[in-house]
Amino acid sequence: MREMIQASFQRTRRRRALWDKVMVGVLLLCAVSVLFILFNILLHLFIKGITALNWNFFTHLPKPVGEKGGGMANAIAGTFILLGLAVCVGVPVGLGAGVYLSEYASDKFAQVVRFVSDVMNGIPSIVYGIFAYIVCVLPMKGFSAFSGGFALGIMMIPMITRTSEQFVRMVPNQLKEAGLALGVPKWRVTLDIVIPSALAGITTGIMVALARVSGETAPLLFTAFGNHYWQHSLTQPIAALPLQVFSYAISPFDDWHRQAWAGAIVLILMVLLINSWAQFYVMRRNRWSAGK
Amino acid sequence: MARQDSSDIIFRRVLAIFPISILVLVAGLFFQLISSSLPSLTKFGASFFVSSVWDPVAENFGALPFIFGTCLTSLVALLLAVPIGVGAAIYLAEYASPQVSKVISILVDLLAAIPSVIYGLWGIFVLVPFMRHSVQPFLGKYFGFLPFFQGPNYGVGFLAASIILAIIIVPFIISVSREVILAVPSVYKESALALGTTRWEAVFNIVLSYGKAGILGAVILALGRAIGETMAVTMIIGNNPTISSSLFSPGYTLASVLANEFAEAAGNMYLSSLIEIGLVLFLVSILVNILARFLIWSVTKGASEATK
Repeated sequence: MREMIQASFQRTRRRRALWDKVMVGVLLLCAVSVLFILFNILLHLFIKGITALNWNFFTHLPKPVGEKGGGMANAIAGTFILLGLAVCVGVPVGLGAGVYLSEYASDKFAQVVRFVSDVMNGIPSIVYGIFAYIVCVLPMKGFSAFSGGFALGIMMIPMITRTSEQFVRMVPNQLKEAGLALGVPKWRVTLDIVIPSALAGITTGIMVALARVSGETAPLLFTAFGNHYWQHSLTQPIAALPLQVFSYAISPFDDWHRQAWAGAIVLILMVLLINSWAQFYVMRRNRWSAGK
Repeated sequence: MARQDSSDIIFRRVLAIFPISILVLVAGLFFQLISSSLPSLTKFGASFFVSSVWDPVAENFGALPFIFGTCLTSLVALLLAVPIGVGAAIYLAEYASPQVSKVISILVDLLAAIPSVIYGLWGIFVLVPFMRHSVQPFLGKYFGFLPFFQGPNYGVGFLAASIILAIIIVPFIISVSREVILAVPSVYKESALALGTTRWEAVFNIVLSYGKAGILGAVILALGRAIGETMAVTMIIGNNPTISSSLFSPGYTLASVLANEFAEAAGNMYLSSLIEIGLVLFLVSILVNILARFLIWSVTKGASEATK
């Protein structure tokens, strides 16, 4: 009787131990399959992108259908112009709101704004495109660089608000109090002590937001619209790298497909560069606070 | 306390413009979407959501095929991404060494940073041919008795779009569920292990059941992203308003009809119907976000109280 119980106990234990081992394998497989897809995407991107990339890509305008060669010089410039416009919209509002929430706002008001920004972050980017279309494109009677920058800028606002608030909050109280003790009004303390102390973190937040919107295509489809030539005015349609990648990828021409891959690799390198620049700021900040 | 200068009061008021402008912006977004879709809202009413006629010439619009496409692709994407994402998150949080876990987390963040137009490009030239030559013939041959895997095999369609969506949302599921799992107080797990459970039993019965609300939050957040995802889906779903039980069939989604038709929409009713689709996306994404944040907050709040 006792042996039977012991044998059955052993059996259960072996089964449970086996199940435990199997599940480790299954979980590992999940992690590995995600990494496999990532490497597959990066591999294709690099192989097809690098082989299609040449100097003309950065210096020439797109060629008409049928002619080989050409580049995306105008789209690269256009992306920078759009990002510049987006920064003009997103940074003042985001930074101002972040500083206000951390330094002045009542708890209740801060909670409401934080919640609304989180919700804003989850709104699909194409909806911001529609909004920019209604408030910019329709009144101005035409697609424009300005409306594209506006759409990207609004998308940056909630991200910048959240990160700047977080970093401004981390400025030590002693620093502020030292300023106030000298009889400096609070607004000078905020501008001259608090913001400079939090600047590295704030810059990181801005960079991360910039990296996120730099690859956005959907909000530009019916605002910036795209352009095959150089753009001379902010009230004209403007080319952008993600838009160009999209329209070349869905075209039926092999040469344009190659250009799309080249555009994609430039785009991803740009996103990664901005992201790692942001990481660099974080690292410098950490070293600073660790040294203290 | 700061000295209350008049300059201080002015600064405070000027600065208050910015957070208020965020609230005004969201309210304005909502108001503009409603007022611009008013013609379509009043003309079609509820039939907009049940009719599958999309006829710009006759100005008769119904969004059912798009709603169907969005729901179908998002759900299939969740079915694929949730087990893999949660599994990978458990592995990172509970099994992998800290160094490995850190490296993999950085790579997962990299996956999340890839713009969706690049996913679409990869989808067109790598995933779709692979679907056409390998996956779909295989599914058709061995699982063809199911209604999901029947019909002509184009490569593009619901299944390809669902897979690309799953790839796009998996990094979110991993990073949020990893955070949730790490927030579970380790005392609970250790008590289970001390009672003689295996590691998997402790993870499955204790950690997962403690964090399930948070993981559900992560899944709903991912659902919100899948619903709003535009470019990658537009590039490989086939853009054909069909309602079909077959995943091989080409389809259309709410976001991709906006991407394809908005810039060319001529006529007020056409534009207004498209904006109504935007309004639907806006409202659904807000609801989904509120729900998800509430769930995640309920878990992480409990964890921070337990460690106090």
